[in-house]
Amino acid sequence: MTAQAAAPRLTPTPEGDVARFDIERIRADFPILGESVHGRPLVYLDNAATSQKPNAVIRAIADYYRYDNANIHRGVHLLSQRATDAYEGTRAAAQRFINARKTSEIVFVRGTTEAINLVAQTYGRAHVRRGDEVLITAMEHHSNIVPWQMLCEETGAKLRVAPINTRGELLLDEYEKLLGPSTRIAAISHVSNALGTINPAKEMIRMAHARGVPVLVDGAQAVPHMRVDVQDLDCDFYAFSAHKMYGPTGIGVLYGKSELLEAMPPWQGGGDMISSVTFEKTMYNKVPHKFEAGTPDIAGVIGLGAAIAYMESIGVDAIGAHEHELLVYGTERLAATPDVSIIGKAENKAGVLSFTLENIHPHDIGTILDQEGIAVRTGHHCAQPVMDFFCIPATVRASLAVYNTKEEIDALIQGIERVKEMLG
Amino acid sequence: MAELRDLYQEVILEHAKAPRNYREQGAAAAKAEGYNPLCGDRCTVFINKKDGVIEDISFQGNGCAISKASASMMTQALKGKTLEQAEEMFKSFHGMVTGHKNEAGADMGKLKVFAGVSEFPARVKCATLAWHTLEAALHGDHEKVSTE
Repeated sequence: MTAQAAAPRLTPTPEGDVARFDIERIRADFPILGESVHGRPLVYLDNAATSQKPNAVIRAIADYYRYDNANIHRGVHLLSQRATDAYEGTRAAAQRFINARKTSEIVFVRGTTEAINLVAQTYGRAHVRRGDEVLITAMEHHSNIVPWQMLCEETGAKLRVAPINTRGELLLDEYEKLLGPSTRIAAISHVSNALGTINPAKEMIRMAHARGVPVLVDGAQAVPHMRVDVQDLDCDFYAFSAHKMYGPTGIGVLYGKSELLEAMPPWQGGGDMISSVTFEKTMYNKVPHKFEAGTPDIAGVIGLGAAIAYMESIGVDAIGAHEHELLVYGTERLAATPDVSIIGKAENKAGVLSFTLENIHPHDIGTILDQEGIAVRTGHHCAQPVMDFFCIPATVRASLAVYNTKEEIDALIQGIERVKEMLG
Repeated sequence: MAELRDLYQEVILEHAKAPRNYREQGAAAAKAEGYNPLCGDRCTVFINKKDGVIEDISFQGNGCAISKASASMMTQALKGKTLEQAEEMFKSFHGMVTGHKNEAGADMGKLKVFAGVSEFPARVKCATLAWHTLEAALHGDHEKVSTE
C-alpha cells in the first residue's frame, strides 16, 4: 500500500524539542503556497475555514485512485483488499491520534457537521423527550446549534445556552447551573471558530457527568492545533473534520464511547451497515459499520490518514507551539494598530485573530486584503449569535496554521494600513 | 492596484461616508427589508408612490461601503422616476454590475461608477442588495429579501 506512506519529516526528540522546526521545509510541503494572487505571493490566513493540503495528502489520494482503487469490505480481489486495508488503517491511525480505546469507536462521516447531526438524530431522538433540555454554549458554530434546534423542535425539548463574557470566555458557573435534572445532553465546542477561545472542556465534561449528562465535543477547531485525548477528556462524543487539519474536504470523524454507539439506533440504511437483509427483517452490522451506510469516501479517508501521519511527523505539540507564537505576535501587532478592535480576548486561545476596524466594514477589508494577496475570512463565521453578542455584523478573521510565518502577520498589518489609506 | 480604485471610486466612498436619503418614512410609504446573510448587510427601503411616480424614496441599514453607497445613489437616481423607469434602471444596473449587456437600455448616469463591481464577483450582491429590496418594496413583498 503506497497511499499512506507520508515521509516522516521531522521527528521530535523525546523531550518534545521544537528547535528543529524548519518552517521553510514545511512550507515547501504545500504546493499551493507557491501560488500568487493578484500578482502577489499568497498569504493564506483562512485556515479555520479550511487548511491547505501538503503533497503527502494530495499524493495519497491520487495514488489510491492510480494504484489501489476498489470498493472496500466487499471483494476478495487484491485491490479491494488493499483499499480495505488503507481505509481500516486510517481508522486505527485516528484511534491512536485521539487516543480512543478501540478502533470501533471511530466512525467515518462527511465532517463535523454530519457527526453532530448523526448524534442528534440517533442518540438525541432516542433520549430526548418533551420538556427535556439540550445545553449548548453561546459561542457555538451554527453546526452545533441547528441540529439541536431541529431535535428540540421535533421533540418539544428546550435548547438552553450557557453565556459568555465580553472576552469571549464561557461563564463556567452559569454553565454548571444550567446542567439540570432535565438536561439530556450537552454539546460544546472545544475551540471557538469565531473567537479562538479554548474551552475548559475537561472541566465542563466533569461537571456534566456529575449530573449524569453525556457530552458531545465539537473539535473541528481543536484537533488541528492541539493534542486531543478523548479518554483524558472523558467526552462521550467527539467530532472533527479532516479538511481543517491538512486533509481533504468531505471526510471527518465521529468518536463515540463504544457502549453509547452500540446502544444507538442506526442512522442511514443501506449497504455495509447490515449483516443480513431479508424483506422481513434486517440485522444491523456491528459498530462502527452500523453508522457507515453505502460506499464511503474511501479516497477521503486515505487522505485523512495521510494528514494524520503528516501532523504526527511534525508533532502536534510543535504545531501548536509554532501557532501560539504567531498568535502572540499577531495579537501584539494588531493591538498596536490604531482603530483595530480584537474580538475574542480569552486567556486561553488557539490560532484565531478576529478583529474589526473602526468605521470600515469587514467585507471592504477582505476585498482590499485580497488584492494584496492576503486571504482572510470576513463575515459572521457561521456564528451569528456570537456576532449578535458583540453587537457587530461581522469580523475579519485571520486564522493560523503550521506553515504561517511572522512575515505573513506583518503583511496582514501592512494590508490593514493599506485599507485605512483607501477607505479611512 | 488600479482595479481597486475602479471599485472604490471617490464618489462611492463619499456616499458611503455620508449616505443621502438615509431616513425612515411614515406608515403610508411602501417598505421592504433586505438582508445579505453572507456579510450581514441589512437594508430597508421606503418608497412613497403617487400616480405611478416615485415621489420620495429613502433607506436605512448598515453594511459595507459598496452596499451603502449603492443604496444612497439609488435613492438619488430614482426620485421622480416612474415605476416603469425604475424597473428598467434595476435591470440595467443589474446587467452593468454583473458584466452583462445593458439590454434594458436605461441611462445609468452617475450610477456608472458601479461598473467596476463587475470585476469583483464577490461584491455584486453588496451592490444589488438595495435594488433587490427596492423591487420587493415596489411589488409589496413582505417577506424579507435575501441575497442568498
